Amino acid sequence: MTDVQWESLSNWAVAAAGTVYFLALLTHLAEWASLRKVPVAAGAAARDSVDIPGGVAVATGPEGTADDGGAQRAAFFGRLGYLLTCLAVAVHFVSLVGRGMAADPNRVPWGNMYEFTLSGTFVVAFLYVALYRKFRLAWMAPIVLAFVLTVLMVAVLWLYAPVAPLTEALSSYWLVIHVVSAIISVGAFTLGGITSALYLVKSRSVTKGGGTTSGYVARLPELAVLDRVSYRLHAFGFPVWTFAVLITGPIWAHQAWSSYWNWDPKEVWAFITWVVYAAYLHARTTAGWKGRNAAILALVGTFTLWFNFIGINYFSTTSQHSYAGAPEVHGTVQAGD
Amino acid sequence: MTTPPDHSLRSRSGGDPGGTALSTRPPEDDRRPGELTLRELLRWVWRQLTSMRTALILLLLLALAAIPGSVIPQEGVDALKTSNWQTAHPKLTPIYDKLGLFSVYDSVWFSAIYILLMISLVGCILPRTFVYWRGMRAKPPAAPRNLSRLPEHALYSTSDGADAVLERAQQTLRRQRYRISVQDGAISAERGYLREAGNLLFHLSVLVVLVGFGLGSLYGYKGGVIVVKDNGFSNTVSQYDDFDPGSLFSADDMEPFYFKVDDFTADWLTDGPRAGMARGFDASLTYQESLSDPEKSYDLKVNHPLSIGNTDVFLIGHGYAPIITVKDGNGDEVYSGPTVFLPINDTFQSIGVVKAATAEPTQIGLEGEFYPTVSFSKQTGSYYSLFGKPVDPMISMLVYTGDLHMKDGTPQSIYSLDKSDTTMLTKKNGAPYRLDLRPGQSVKLPNGLGTVSFDGLQPWVKIQISQTPGKWIALSGVVAALIGLLGSLFIRPRRIWVRAREEEGGTLVEVAALDRSGGGDLTGLVGDLVASLQRTGKDET
Ligand code: HEM
Repeated sequence: MTDVQWESLSNWAVAAAGTVYFLALLTHLAEWASLRKVPVAAGAAARDSVDIPGGVAVATGPEGTADDGGAQRAAFFGRLGYLLTCLAVAVHFVSLVGRGMAADPNRVPWGNMYEFTLSGTFVVAFLYVALYRKFRLAWMAPIVLAFVLTVLMVAVLWLYAPVAPLTEALSSYWLVIHVVSAIISVGAFTLGGITSALYLVKSRSVTKGGGTTSGYVARLPELAVLDRVSYRLHAFGFPVWTFAVLITGPIWAHQAWSSYWNWDPKEVWAFITWVVYAAYLHARTTAGWKGRNAAILALVGTFTLWFNFIGINYFSTTSQHSYAGAPEVHGTVQAGD
Repeated sequence: MTTPPDHSLRSRSGGDPGGTALSTRPPEDDRRPGELTLRELLRWVWRQLTSMRTALILLLLLALAAIPGSVIPQEGVDALKTSNWQTAHPKLTPIYDKLGLFSVYDSVWFSAIYILLMISLVGCILPRTFVYWRGMRAKPPAAPRNLSRLPEHALYSTSDGADAVLERAQQTLRRQRYRISVQDGAISAERGYLREAGNLLFHLSVLVVLVGFGLGSLYGYKGGVIVVKDNGFSNTVSQYDDFDPGSLFSADDMEPFYFKVDDFTADWLTDGPRAGMARGFDASLTYQESLSDPEKSYDLKVNHPLSIGNTDVFLIGHGYAPIITVKDGNGDEVYSGPTVFLPINDTFQSIGVVKAATAEPTQIGLEGEFYPTVSFSKQTGSYYSLFGKPVDPMISMLVYTGDLHMKDGTPQSIYSLDKSDTTMLTKKNGAPYRLDLRPGQSVKLPNGLGTVSFDGLQPWVKIQISQTPGKWIALSGVVAALIGLLGSLFIRPRRIWVRAREEEGGTLVEVAALDRSGGGDLTGLVGDLVASLQRTGKDET
């Protein structure tokens, strides 16, 4: 295949993945719609383990008798939605491979913001699919899909850039390790942020009296489960982020610009993100900060993370994150982080 | 399941309205209310400072305090941009300067936050290390009287004797590497001691990283120099164009190396979306680690620095130095050589000056631009560069005569002319007199001033040199921190208690577990243990 063919394969795959994500989203919405009439307790949620969230419970629990039709339809839609998501993730992966193969010389697909965003959303979706069973994430489906779809759309509409070779400073294997770990932790933190947001929503509806027994919020797992899933995702993301930002990042920076830590805006925000997540982990063990405040901190973390990923490029022009050729020319940040 | 009545646990917890009243009562000695001894005050301050809540708040403050430095240009990051910003904001500049906003990361307030955080950290780690040390050898704590109060618990009755059940439980738990003690008919088991060790290692390593980072910024230096092809550089302070030492840096620590730039090449992309970009920068150096060492050679590339001792040499930029010769009115050569022009954009359109201060009858200054691949824009009426590669190079310069103030002793930038006492050469019609030269061309200046020729082109490279002591300390610190972090986050510390009581009709066995970490998940732990106790029980009977 020629480079041009790879590139159009990639573009085609992005469009296809977007479509399939959209179908998966619709399917999950249909799932939740069918569940509207099924009271939460009808599922296996009545079992005494706190680990079984309402949403999946219906999909797995045969005990329900109240509205079997609705529950079965929901179970079917739930499975279909998950399969569609898996398919979309696979196609999404093809789009990344296509980007890499289209470049000459072949390379990792993160030469510009478009490619970063493509990779970032891939990891979010992939982690969701991979952790689906372990953390029973069925309840997260509509949110993750909506998020991935929106960000993909932003990438295609505003960030798209044709395939181009990497600038010199970006061709380093440290960059590969650095970016892989950064993107993985971005994925985990994003899922953690979504969970924390849902925690806040649910805790609000619980304190307000939690009237409904069906509907999305009622079917979210219990607060304690949301809190724990969020913690686990962050606990996974934090060491990876530490590795990306405080180990491989500085090593690469030292190779490329002679200074392993230069308080460059990207570095500053990576540091801020790190400190906020350290605060989150502390908050969870500090009396009075548990639960709600910790969840708010997690959301602050998600904000700093994505701000650094995209926003800071528009706020500051001193970023060195590119080798611009001329010593006095900064600011052409094609590199993200 | 039955829940036996409980007497022990509840009495200690629970909001006791009388408790708060107690503290407001005057103390039982002759001090007035609210009066603290200095000792008590200090202890109170210390306890506040080392509390987890304070650590949390300080962390958040640190994050907040780091923000201004990413929005306001920083002297240490980009001095040029900072001074431009300062000129553009004359009102804000003095205020910002007072607040240290142009060098946030060594300002008093930023330092105050992280120094407080460090004190808090030490005050936190030390006591916890002692506690951990003692706890490491201590036996797991005795079983609470009422195991069914714990969130994870189970109860079953069996026909086996209590001793047999406890014996089996011990075997099972020992196999799972629990530390076990038996007291009053109950087993206490605990595992996951390394979690706390990991946590301590992590926090300790944060200090190590800071020490390493501090060493680098106090004792290290960073400097840049532009070296034209065929020229050399020896590592002394005076040879640098810009030099940024740490506050405790001593020039005696500089490595006495020397290098010469033999060649520089770059691959220019001529098609594709990044056409005009260059890659594959390669500067070949000959170097000596010290004057007495043999010469070696090295291909200096981006991402591929040269390390000499504890100093690193980096290639961070490149540009062109047109070779310009000026002869004065007497025909004497008053200026000759490659002249470094600084690129102003991606096409390597560059600016530079020539100062011929010894020229007769009057000093000559040239100021202008260099275009690697020249083109003319009808729209703007000026030249511009199409491409960074020197396909059709040209210089275009204005001529100044008069006093260039080169002999006053005040240092001048080699990239700008002091034009205060000069006049610009003009044509008869009043338009500026312009020298447009391609390589090999020369032009006779009017009024018998002399001649200027453009003899050729040399590339130059921008070299960054840095010495960062403590970088290995910092790196090992972060790696240790990461290892500690992994232990601290993923080792699950847990306690399990098994109590067996012989009653009429069988033995009542209670099993309970407690997770001592934030995110632990005990689901299945108790169930599995019960299942295994019952299974082995059946096997034996
Ligand atoms: C530079 C400052 C600090 C940073 C970056 C930091 C970071 C962290 C992180 C990331 C964790 C979670 C991972 C783990 O469990 O080990 C943690 C836990 C912890 N930190 Fe810190 N910390 C700092 C200062 C402090 C201070 C000053 C204290 C004492 C007041 C403290 C007490 C603790 C404790 C007790 C835990 C364990 C919580 C648990 O068991 O889950 N930390 N810290």
